[in-house]
Amino acid sequence: MKYAYYPGCSLESSAKEYDLSIRACCQYAGVDLIEVPDWICCGASSAHATSHLLSIALPAKTLVQTEKMGLHQIIAPCIACLTRLKVADMEMEEHGDLKKDVETVLESTYKGSVRVRNILDVFLNDVGLEKIEKTVTTPLTGLKVACYYGCLLTRPPHIAQFDDVENPHSMDDLMRAIGAETVDWSFKTDCCGVSMSLAETDVALELTNKVLEGARDAGADCVAVACPLCQSNLDLRQKAIGNKFGVFYDMPILYFSQLMGLAFGATTTDVGLEKVIVNPFPVLGAI
Amino acid sequence: MRNKLEEAKNIMKVAVKEDTTAFAKEIQRKCGQDVLTCYQCRKCTMGCPMAFRMETKVNELMRAIQLGLRDEVLSADTMWWCVSCETCATRCPQGIEIVEVMDVLRETAIKEDYYIPVESIEAFHKVFLRSVEAYGRLYEMGFAMDLNLMLKDPLKDADLGPVMMAKGKLKLRPHKVKDLKSVKKLFENVRKLEESRV
Ligand code: SF4
Ligand code: SF4
Repeated sequence: MKYAYYPGCSLESSAKEYDLSIRACCQYAGVDLIEVPDWICCGASSAHATSHLLSIALPAKTLVQTEKMGLHQIIAPCIACLTRLKVADMEMEEHGDLKKDVETVLESTYKGSVRVRNILDVFLNDVGLEKIEKTVTTPLTGLKVACYYGCLLTRPPHIAQFDDVENPHSMDDLMRAIGAETVDWSFKTDCCGVSMSLAETDVALELTNKVLEGARDAGADCVAVACPLCQSNLDLRQKAIGNKFGVFYDMPILYFSQLMGLAFGATTTDVGLEKVIVNPFPVLGAI
Repeated sequence: MRNKLEEAKNIMKVAVKEDTTAFAKEIQRKCGQDVLTCYQCRKCTMGCPMAFRMETKVNELMRAIQLGLRDEVLSADTMWWCVSCETCATRCPQGIEIVEVMDVLRETAIKEDYYIPVESIEAFHKVFLRSVEAYGRLYEMGFAMDLNLMLKDPLKDADLGPVMMAKGKLKLRPHKVKDLKSVKKLFENVRKLEESRV
């Protein structure tokens, strides 16, 4: 199974452990990742808030590069990148004039042959739960995980085309396949407010606090995420939340791929466990 | 009584003026979304995580668009607090892709120099794209520092720096893509094409 791989800007620095753990899991699961050479930023929320054409042209460049690599599927672990790549592909397919504009801007053509894939979808449907269960050497028995999907993994449904939009379970299925327990909670798809995290920190703290409170009340040992923006927002500001709301959650926020990697037998360094801010070792101690 | 009648007539005039729907049609032309179908069920506002900060709530904004209140809408705070979480669009029974409407409003407000009530958010987008244009990728640390300077709060989040550094999560230097020329070209071409359409 060969896929083009688009790490995106966060996975190069603040979310290095997501990159490490995805690569480790893929190796165990027989998924071949070939990094798009010299890839550029997808423009994230800033491009679509300011120029529609720019917001399509930036990710379209990566799609064109993927075609040039001779590959037809691309994986973007960051959900924001994933959404931008998908939107670019779909909008160019739907609107011929937009596609023409983008091709003028990029000074190259796009055949439209690339499928943009969500990493959870690849593990669930290409690799399959059966193979994942078989690859587990260290089941995470007894670990209670709150799976947090955030905004864009399932929304908007016509773009994401993945899982149940109000009560998704794909990550829960994966976590159970590696032996963990998953908790039922109401904040799976609530927004963590990350796009306000730098510019309007107080607003982000309000939303983050609710998510962490929900996870704690559901009895979770840790929260699993699949997006570098959710991770950093939930992990990095727990001290600030404590100072503001008087509750120190001390809730480890881990990428689902870190937990999966550990279950597959990777070392803690292989999956970058030391890079997480809220210390996850106590809750993983027994494993 | 007479006054009341006059008043009612005036209100009617607002509602049925010939060009009342011009703004909604402009939005539809720009993004394909027909705001005129909104019937004010308020599902969008009820599920919006940012409603608590918005002076004009999402459904109110939709109504104002229907009434053709172009200036009021383009200087509203709604789209600047909106975090594009897609909750409203997912739940709207009329299938309005509200975030696409928000994008059009943000883009139009910037292009037409409307006053932007949440300054920090505009700064965020500007600094972000500046980094992408300069390096081809977002340079996270430089971005955070530039943003703080722009917001005149240079020491904001300074306590997080060392924490992230210790975890090896901060790069001290930007990663420049090799083919920077094509990135510059991309940005230039977008500007050229957009200017030619104004
Ligand atoms: S959910 Fe849709 S129809 Fe209901 S008020 Fe909002 S925009 Fe209007
Ligand atoms: S997309 Fe924007 S307006 Fe809609 S619910 Fe989310 S924050 Fe509110």
